[in-house]
Amino acid sequence: MRSLKDIAKSFMLWELLLGLKLTGRYVLSKKITIQYPEEKTPISSRFRGLHALRRYPNGEERCIACKLCEAVCPALAITIESAPREDGSRRTTRYDIDLFKCIYCGFCEESCPVDSIVETHWSQYHFENRGENIMTKPMLLAIGDRYEADIAKARSDDAPYR
Amino acid sequence: MTHLLISLLWIVLKVLLIALPLLGAVAYMTLAERKILAYAHVRIGPNRVGLFGLLQPLADGMKLFFKEVIMPTKANPVIFILAPIVSFATAAAAWAVIPFNPGWVLANVNASLLYVLALTSLGVYGILMAGWSSNSKYALLGAMRSAAQVVSYEIAMGFALVGVLMAADSTNLQDIVLHQQGGFWHWYWLPLLPLFIVYWISGVAETNRAPFDMAEGEAEIVAGFHVEYSGMSFAIFFLAEYANMILISALASVLFLGGWLSPFEGIPFLGPLFAFVPGILWFFAKMAFFLFLYVWLRATFPRYRYDQIMHLGWKVLIPVTIVWIVIEGLLIELKVAPWFS
Repeated sequence: MRSLKDIAKSFMLWELLLGLKLTGRYVLSKKITIQYPEEKTPISSRFRGLHALRRYPNGEERCIACKLCEAVCPALAITIESAPREDGSRRTTRYDIDLFKCIYCGFCEESCPVDSIVETHWSQYHFENRGENIMTKPMLLAIGDRYEADIAKARSDDAPYR
Repeated sequence: MTHLLISLLWIVLKVLLIALPLLGAVAYMTLAERKILAYAHVRIGPNRVGLFGLLQPLADGMKLFFKEVIMPTKANPVIFILAPIVSFATAAAAWAVIPFNPGWVLANVNASLLYVLALTSLGVYGILMAGWSSNSKYALLGAMRSAAQVVSYEIAMGFALVGVLMAADSTNLQDIVLHQQGGFWHWYWLPLLPLFIVYWISGVAETNRAPFDMAEGEAEIVAGFHVEYSGMSFAIFFLAEYANMILISALASVLFLGGWLSPFEGIPFLGPLFAFVPGILWFFAKMAFFLFLYVWLRATFPRYRYDQIMHLGWKVLIPVTIVWIVIEGLLIELKVAPWFS
């Protein structure tokens, strides 16, 4: 009896019609494509992109060369050398991040006691020559100056959850 | 002499009137297919080249046109070049007998149904030649598969058409359409419903389209019979495949959906209301429906396994058609209304 029912069903193409109904519904449904250059997906305030070194509002760089980020970096991407400045404060003389080694884990940002090294929301960059993957201190500071408003906003948005 | 020349020019003009729109339809069918497939995937599909991607087929055509035609070493050059030509020529030649409107037909042949059957079967030679001359295992396997498939589905298709010519008592496509007059319930899709479904399934299999596209089978034999083709020779195969799809859709509309007949014919109020619409538009609308169905099927069903295709063709479709032809013969013999008139 059951097999007879199955035969009748298969001759009526019942299951095929069900499948067509399903795809037909999807043809008419709302499309979810994000048309990239014009539209972008929303980014979390915790998004980890290109690195930056921040400054205090008075223009003084935040980094105190404590080397916690260098120590915590799991990919050994950060290289720091430090020396006393003329006014006697300890500052970095060299702060390099190798972006080929970096895995964008955000540990440097977590470990920083003065919120100096941060990761910005900027994720669209490329290198054209060998060696451009090494971000030096002036480059990082420049990125920090350029995106300071975004960086500060992301930090304040995230502050209630910390 | 001049009389002959003028009639020859008329024929050339008519051929161009059929062939050029056909090429345009093929081009925009590719776009429509990509769009509909994208919609079924909840995507948007091509929309960058021109408005709504309307120039995409032109861009694709240009790309193929300027690509190099690569010939494999030890390929048979004559057959290698001839194969796409044979494929496309047979697909295009069958259009000679398709009636677009009352009297609008290039060649009003009495045995046009047989002519169509013969030409669609010839298409398999293009595939076989391509597969054999490419000197490639994959091409040969793909060609063998599609040849076997086309040949076995031809039988079911032929039987389905036998049902149509029994009901219409004619093998002239124009007479077959005229025989379906009197409203959409007189069109043969309803009196010959099982044959209609069998015809459509074997039509999809004939053109090697999903879910019967094992000849392509990208998972196991890369692209089947046309792996070794590139540039324009590949484009001709592509044209042939889509021209065949459009041909099968046109035949399905002529044989089962009443060709140019209005679907509102014979309905009291709507019939006169839509009487001003030219028949050819109804014909194109029916073809568009079948072409959409092609893409819809492709979006829905997974590819058949080879033995399942053979099982379906030989053990399901052919017995169904034979049983229906016998039943139909009895109904005609007993002079039952929709089948006998």
